[in-house]
Amino acid sequence: MAIASETPKETFRLGMLVYDTRYRSLTIQVVVMLLAMAGAWWLYDNLMANLRVLDKEPSFSFLWNRAGYDINQTLIPYTNDDTHFRAMLVGLVNTILVAVLGCIAATVIGIIVGVLRLSKNWLVARLMTVYVEGFRNVPVLLWILVIFAVFTEITPQPRDFRVTDEMIAAGEEPVASKILFDSVAVTNRGTFVPKAVYERSLGEIQIGFLPISLNTVAILAVIVGSILGYRAIKKHATAVQEATGVRPKTLWKSLLVSFGPIILLLFALGFHLEIPTLGGFNFTGGILVSNALMALWLGLTLYTAAFIAEIVRAGILAISKGQTEASYALGIRPGRTMSLVILPQALRVIIPPLISQYLNLTKNSSLAIAVSYMDLRGTLGGITLNQTGRELECMLILMLIYLALSLLISSGMNVYNNAVKLKER
Amino acid sequence: MKKSVFLGTLAASALLAGYASSATLDDVKARGELICGVNTGLVGFAAPDANGNWQGFDVAICKAVAAAVLGDASKVKYVPTTGETRFTALASGEIDMLARNTTWTFSRDADLKFTFTGVNYYDGQGFMVKKDLGVSSAKELDGATVCIQTGTTTELNLADFFKVNNMSYQPVAIQTNAEGEQQYLAGACDAYTTDASGLAATRAVFADPENHVILPEIISKEPLGPLVRHGDDQWADINRWVLNALIAAEEFGVTSANVEELSKGTDNPEVNRILGSEGDLGAMIGLDKEWAKRAIAASGNYGEIFAATIGESTPIGLARGLNAQWTQGGLLYTPPFR
Repeated sequence: MAIASETPKETFRLGMLVYDTRYRSLTIQVVVMLLAMAGAWWLYDNLMANLRVLDKEPSFSFLWNRAGYDINQTLIPYTNDDTHFRAMLVGLVNTILVAVLGCIAATVIGIIVGVLRLSKNWLVARLMTVYVEGFRNVPVLLWILVIFAVFTEITPQPRDFRVTDEMIAAGEEPVASKILFDSVAVTNRGTFVPKAVYERSLGEIQIGFLPISLNTVAILAVIVGSILGYRAIKKHATAVQEATGVRPKTLWKSLLVSFGPIILLLFALGFHLEIPTLGGFNFTGGILVSNALMALWLGLTLYTAAFIAEIVRAGILAISKGQTEASYALGIRPGRTMSLVILPQALRVIIPPLISQYLNLTKNSSLAIAVSYMDLRGTLGGITLNQTGRELECMLILMLIYLALSLLISSGMNVYNNAVKLKER
Repeated sequence: MKKSVFLGTLAASALLAGYASSATLDDVKARGELICGVNTGLVGFAAPDANGNWQGFDVAICKAVAAAVLGDASKVKYVPTTGETRFTALASGEIDMLARNTTWTFSRDADLKFTFTGVNYYDGQGFMVKKDLGVSSAKELDGATVCIQTGTTTELNLADFFKVNNMSYQPVAIQTNAEGEQQYLAGACDAYTTDASGLAATRAVFADPENHVILPEIISKEPLGPLVRHGDDQWADINRWVLNALIAAEEFGVTSANVEELSKGTDNPEVNRILGSEGDLGAMIGLDKEWAKRAIAASGNYGEIFAATIGESTPIGLARGLNAQWTQGGLLYTPPFR
């Protein structure tokens, strides 16, 4: 007689969704999720209803209309007959240019300042403190404007470079003259630098919207080849040294491999520099690096570098002092201790906050409009938005592009972070 | 800054669903204040004076509308707008009307959904350069760096002008007139381009106006006028006929000095209809009989406003030119008040 008391059958009752702790958290999550979705839908529906009232149905067809305005810095070919979409791309390229330049320069300055701030030299350490506190405690917009004002107000106008016959007769010097062997003109509109031109062209290929000169491709290929060749020579020398104990002389060989091919190629292409010359209102020839770009780049760089310096300092301080002492005990000099022992370990701490700084710099580049630099915000979010009156569409595209750009940067940096982080087994 | 305006627009449109279609006149009356979008600062057209009170040619239009609607020309809140922010401000309902030397164009009227209520200044785009540059015609500007206010029709005209004349130039897009002035004076651009009236107004405040010339070429038609949102015809009518009343008042010799006396009745029936001593035109646009009388009394008729703000006796020194009455060979011509 074995009457096993049957375990009561679990029946699911609706009340359990609230009273049973196994289900309660799930219930709450579902409810909150539904509320959030309803809220988002309400906002969206309201927006659409209001746009209908205003007779402004969202439409992106304006992107394919003729833009009709000119842009002063175009890295990809653009005329006012191109579309608004093309103008947007011009702006995007300008944004990427200033972001990339800014990230590189800010990293270099930030690391130097961060290390120097820990220097035992009292004066150097205090100067770096002044720099860091000065830059990171003032809004970046003000720095950009100040730097722009300095460039505009104190540098000479292009016509100050003019030399007239009367001046030669009177033996007068022009108010301003070009620097660096008469090749670079610093003016209040920008710096005119020599441009590389080739007499013979290998032709162009079109990748998407971007025409790429095969000359540039060839030069890059040769440079990469030279670097690989130089490394191979070094490697061979080390192998020989390890086998025989004598390091072969490689100076001439490596010089030849490093510089020979590129000089030959440039000679074959008929490479020469186009020096800017004063003509009419402005310098013609050469490349104009506008003051707007310089001011934006410097402002963003110096501001972000101050934050990066602090991140670097924190990273270095996070490495135990024992590491330095151990390194000194092995007879490694302080400079090499920093670059070979401390910094590689500090990178683990430095990289994650560094990503945020890169993202900040990229997004802050939208302050470009303050100095008339035509970035994405200036073209799509500025002139296109105004001329077409499509605020919502332009802003949505703008937000999407910045989002994509930021995600791209952080995923790239995450790959790097994974490469340098502590390998655990 | 633009983003915040945009988000404000979004928030405002989300909160005030259906607001855009309701009557602006009722809103203004309930608020007891007219919100008028003006320039951020263009002396003669709209700029605060030494005491912080807004003065100018466009400001006078705001005052006249406020006087007609609210009975008090001082009950205006002026919202400074840039070339970029003005349309968003009007479309979102942040301002009731825009009187900011804005060019009447097809796409602004039809695509941006605004109603231009008339033309208060017939203008055209010109160029200003420093005299010592030795330039006497805009056709000599090949290769020049040109400062230009972004978000305006001038930007497109400039591109067209240089294209047609097969010349090249470097555009420098600036946000406000003040910024343009600074860049131009620092020599960061060779030429400054905007509406000829704006150039004259800008030049008037320079320390050395005699060293700057406005080139003779006028490269575009720029009929400037006040505008309101689409969809509220009554409010558009009020704005249109206040402006017409100011112009008609000059034609019929009604001034701020004699308006009180003439409103008792004259032997000209049209003047009587405007000033309300005969018929009741005001009721047709939702106002009382004396709306036009108050509008004229606020800062005078069109001619008086012109003379006091931008006319030849002021530092800006603009001649009437196209902006004279049709009887004087100009373009000002109001439909009849009947």
